[in-house]
Amino acid sequence: MVFPIGCLNSQAPSIMASRGGGRGCGRGQLTFNVEAVGIGKGDALPPPTLQPSPLFPPLEFRPVPLPSGEEGEYVLALKQELRGAMRQLPYFIRPAVPKRDVERYSDKYQMSGPIDNAIDWNPDWRRLPRELKIRVRKLQKERTTIILPKRPPKTTEDKEETIQKLETLEKKEEEVTSEEDEEKEEEEEKEEEEEEEYDEEEHEEETDYIMSYFDNGEDFGGDSDDNMDEAIY
Amino acid sequence: MTQAEIKLCSLLLQEHFGEIVEKIGVHLIRTGSQPLRVIAHDTGTSLDQVKKALCVLIQHNLVIYQVHKRGVVEYEAQCNRVLRMLRYPRYIYTAKTLYSDTGELIVEELLLNGKMTMSAVVKKVADRLTETMEDGKTMDYAEVSNTFVRLVDTHFVQRCPLVPATENSDTGPPPPAPTLVINEKDMYLVPKLSLIGKGKRRRSSDEDATGEPKAKRPKQSTDNKEPIPDDGIYWQANLDRFHQHFRDQAIVSAVANRMDQTSSEIVRTMLRMSEVTTPSGAPFTQPLSSNEIFRSLPVGYNISKQVLDQYLTLLADDPLEFVGKSGDSGGGIFGSRCARIFRLVLQKKHLEQKQVEDFAMIPAKEAKDMLYKMLSENFISLQEIPKTPDHAPSRTFYLYTVNILSAARMLLHRCYKSVANLIERRQFETKENKRLLEKSQRVEAIIASMQATGAEEAQLQEIEEMITAPERQQLETLKRNVNKLDACEIQVDETIFLLESYIESTMKRQ
Repeated sequence: MVFPIGCLNSQAPSIMASRGGGRGCGRGQLTFNVEAVGIGKGDALPPPTLQPSPLFPPLEFRPVPLPSGEEGEYVLALKQELRGAMRQLPYFIRPAVPKRDVERYSDKYQMSGPIDNAIDWNPDWRRLPRELKIRVRKLQKERTTIILPKRPPKTTEDKEETIQKLETLEKKEEEVTSEEDEEKEEEEEKEEEEEEEYDEEEHEEETDYIMSYFDNGEDFGGDSDDNMDEAIY
Repeated sequence: MTQAEIKLCSLLLQEHFGEIVEKIGVHLIRTGSQPLRVIAHDTGTSLDQVKKALCVLIQHNLVIYQVHKRGVVEYEAQCNRVLRMLRYPRYIYTAKTLYSDTGELIVEELLLNGKMTMSAVVKKVADRLTETMEDGKTMDYAEVSNTFVRLVDTHFVQRCPLVPATENSDTGPPPPAPTLVINEKDMYLVPKLSLIGKGKRRRSSDEDATGEPKAKRPKQSTDNKEPIPDDGIYWQANLDRFHQHFRDQAIVSAVANRMDQTSSEIVRTMLRMSEVTTPSGAPFTQPLSSNEIFRSLPVGYNISKQVLDQYLTLLADDPLEFVGKSGDSGGGIFGSRCARIFRLVLQKKHLEQKQVEDFAMIPAKEAKDMLYKMLSENFISLQEIPKTPDHAPSRTFYLYTVNILSAARMLLHRCYKSVANLIERRQFETKENKRLLEKSQRVEAIIASMQATGAEEAQLQEIEEMITAPERQQLETLKRNVNKLDACEIQVDETIFLLESYIESTMKRQ
């Protein structure tokens, strides 16, 4: 039961009029005897609240002191250690690292988590429903399915593609795939085709230097022929 | 499940298992029992991610599954169990006080991994303990096994439900999911294992503690080939037993506060005797005769039988009834005067406005103010008692009363909200200073590697100066704040425990 105490204030007579059916001096009429609850005649009531309560109201009373001493310190340290430890366990599943726009040299040497959605730990599969198991397929099967369609066109681009494919296969020591694996392969192929144009630039002369960085001086001096009013210093 | 509880569960899952598990877990808590495909569809996550998340949740006893007709398996989340994650440090600390470091590590491993076989636990704990021991010393498996058995005997660790042994596999295709069963008497049955071995120390040198050359140390793959004698028998921490322990502790300390040391000892003895005879969830212990208590008192207490009887009568007459909210230092939110009024109304059950002022000996205005404050926060409620059948307000009594069960529930809800706020604030603070934290971690790593390769003092100092003084100050402040917030969480969890126990036992009594 919440009292609209603000409304009892004499500063809001219009509201009182509709409530009590008549303007009384002081407070309006309410359905029950106000004195029974303790609001006597002539008592000053707290002012009406015109805004929502502040987000951090000042504390009137000090809170209970925090646990301190040996036990408190130990439990605190335990808690923080546990938090850190759980983040390192294989049960902490991180969302897949988004594929970066450019394939970097360092990617070859970074093990980015479990291969293709496998779990890092081995649960006892006898205790779990069968549908939860992510199936494992053998290495040979995948190799034949990938390389065969790529063999017919033997241009340089495809050669590089197969080289990249073989490299990624070599990376995988244990072959783990899933039901949606076929779709993923197609996605990967598409992405590699998109990357191809950029890669060509790098691989053109098979040097370590990226071609676009090389400036052979053709553009120099060509721009200064436009409308030169000012002298060049 | 209230919104506050769901929010808290979400934060806990996210902190300990990551966002994917959090999404699946919260979805299940909100919607109830669901099959795999529906979960994937509703949350918009890939099937693989859902599978991974469910494996983790089931492993940690946070989700259970059931096979329905037509082979559909449905998964259900246990919200209460998720909330228990807040209490993990307390369980581990209790194990430490009762069974020292070995017990502590056993319980810690069980909580971190959800469930494990005994041999796995023993091996891991022995290795961890060996790490902390002096050079040349190792932890024997037998000692760890002994502590494990003691934990099981006192019911702090229990067996997980088992896969039933399939007699003949000709009865058609295997079911989509096993139905796990557990027998009451099997729950604390330790398999006969002869675990012989010593803990191994991780070393970068050539030989390890047992003198075997490094090359011969068995790798992960070969371990699996050895037959594990207790394969399939998994153990988990028995949280209810820990709760019973906390409850007993709270009761004993409350009695000690209210009366004196001796009476608390008597109560402790009674509780210890009832440990075996009363199931942990019962509202009352089995009746114990004073003779039994007398015989079971600890040796140091030589009080006569008469004195014991006197104490017992005193305890029985105490209106406080032991289980309830523990004392409030300073009066909590409303101040000690409000607390006085509250306790008064609680004791007298129903009071009129005038009576409150008289009994509490507080001036009328203040009393009114406090009553309305408590009323608006729902700690106190108004009870109408009409004098006449038409409930005319001028002829009705309005009495203040305390409905303690609903007040307890309301407080509990507030506690959940507080903890959620604390965790959020802590995460916010950490995120704000993320860059600085990463920098300091990098510097520490550099210093550590330089020390390992033997660097000079001057070089080390140079690296340390990479972190400027104001940055150091910022780090100090951050650490202090995070510690404070963590300590608050622990403290609020104690209150949560008391309120939950109270509500549970009161519901059982009715």
